[in-house]
Amino acid sequence: MGVNRGGMAPDTVISTDKLTKRFGDLDAVRDLDIEVRRGELVAFLGPNGAGKTTSLRMLTTLLPPTSGSARVVGHDITTEQAAVRASIGYVGQGSSGSPAQRVRDELVVQGRFFGMSRAAAGARADELVDSLGITPFADKQVQHLSGGQKRRVDIAIGLMNAPTLLFLDEPSTGLDPQSRANLWQHITALRAEHGTTVFLTTHYLEEADRYAERVMVMDAGRVIADDTAPALKASLAGDTVTIEVGEPHEAARAAVVVEEVLEARPTVTGTELTAAAADGARRLPVVLRRLADDGVLVTSATCIPPTLDDVFLALTGRTLREAHAETPTDTPQGGPR
Amino acid sequence: MTTTTVTAPPATAAALARPRPARDTWLVLVRELRPVVRDPFTVIFSLFQPLVFLGLFVPLLVVQTGQATAEVLTWFVPGVLVMIVLFGTGATGSNLQYEIMFGSHERTLVAPISRSALLVGRALKEVVPIVVQSLVIVAIALPFGYRADPLGLALGIVLLAVFGVGLGSLSYTLALKTKSNEWVFWAVQQSLIFPLLILSGVLLPLEGAPGWMRAVASVNPVSWVTEGERALLQGELVSGTVGAAFLAALVLAVLGLVVGIRAIRRSD
Repeated sequence: MGVNRGGMAPDTVISTDKLTKRFGDLDAVRDLDIEVRRGELVAFLGPNGAGKTTSLRMLTTLLPPTSGSARVVGHDITTEQAAVRASIGYVGQGSSGSPAQRVRDELVVQGRFFGMSRAAAGARADELVDSLGITPFADKQVQHLSGGQKRRVDIAIGLMNAPTLLFLDEPSTGLDPQSRANLWQHITALRAEHGTTVFLTTHYLEEADRYAERVMVMDAGRVIADDTAPALKASLAGDTVTIEVGEPHEAARAAVVVEEVLEARPTVTGTELTAAAADGARRLPVVLRRLADDGVLVTSATCIPPTLDDVFLALTGRTLREAHAETPTDTPQGGPR
Repeated sequence: MTTTTVTAPPATAAALARPRPARDTWLVLVRELRPVVRDPFTVIFSLFQPLVFLGLFVPLLVVQTGQATAEVLTWFVPGVLVMIVLFGTGATGSNLQYEIMFGSHERTLVAPISRSALLVGRALKEVVPIVVQSLVIVAIALPFGYRADPLGLALGIVLLAVFGVGLGSLSYTLALKTKSNEWVFWAVQQSLIFPLLILSGVLLPLEGAPGWMRAVASVNPVSWVTEGERALLQGELVSGTVGAAFLAALVLAVLGLVVGIRAIRRSD
């Protein structure tokens, strides 16, 4: 495959240059500049309306960009749409299987769309039906499946062409915890075995945190941070250290020590002191030792590692939950769905 | 459950990027027909409505006109065949609309197949239920004394098929334009279908209708198709009426396919 064309590094599967999508007055995606290397598992994390889906829809040729450009698996998304489509797997937010079709029929048709012979498509479909645990409902119509079953079918359809790059738009939305875990088990296995590059959008913090090797935080049409989850947390949001002292008058003395050791000014509420600090887990024992030396009685102490929500808070001044509440709809009027 | 395995790599991207409109259209057509083949009763069930018209309208017409049942059927059956296309094919866009809302349409837009094939394949698939249903209706009318000219019937079905491809394409276009607004689809569809039906002389003759109605009917392509269908089924194979009917159906088919292909190319 022509991965090396267009000046892309051999290992680069996605590269964008000031990719922008405007709906009327609204910049749904603004100057997107990202690079994804072969084999990475990258998550777009952000609230609804941040531009995650719009970005994905541009990269998968569903939406033409307003300006800027992008290459996906070596092909330009505006001038070589057919080649891009032939190279990727895509699992959208909806159901990939047509409601009136039987599951296995849809898998075979998808293979045929990708130029496979009837026999090859059938064999590949059987393989995926087996490995994704679809056998019990392979002959059912898609419209009669449960949400979790449908999602498994979507993944199978997206994998029919054995893509080197798989796009997943909100893959686990609407799934129960067990189906979600199941889905991730498959995505992880897929990568371990075939080195498939996986690019997904999610608004589930835990999901991005736990599974993505790289998290791109999106807000208001821009990528505002791009790193591994641990690195984002370490650099943008420290551990939350909370200690409680026995008497209110001791809080002030404790605050001085806490600030000195943690290099962060604590907020004091009654007998409780809270501060966010990098490397809090290592520094908390020092704080406790110093306070013991000073004769301050500490009744409780906790150190909570940061979440990606803390990262989002540090970056935008609001939590993801708050951001969701601001924008109840996923995309603006005139945008896709 | 075991882990996912991958075998035979698919055709290369470069090979797939070459347009294959005929193959893609065939794939889409066969895919669309598969649920019908798997569950053929859907085609038979959709005959319920025309049968109601046949069973309840014909006796009324017999009484009103004083003609024999066979004679009334000669006039009425071709109209019922047109009605099958109007109601069945005219509503077929709702299937695509459901797929747009469901998500499966989006998946086909990302697949490496020609966009126009997604529309043309669907439009051509309409021919199959039209043929089956027409033959069933004619067969049901036979015991009541109805007779159709065999060659005329064959040509009449071709006429309906061309008309159906056009009407089906327009119905799909409406679905692509109204996207997830189901009620808009049905509002537009219903407010067009019924005037088109009544002003085509399918149910009642328009000879005694007010002048303005006849004026509208004279530019209604459905009315031309109905006239042509009546002529063909009575064995009038070559005439101005038949020519005009084929012309109307062809113009509708070309128009439908052109606007439909434009709409699906812009679909997202």
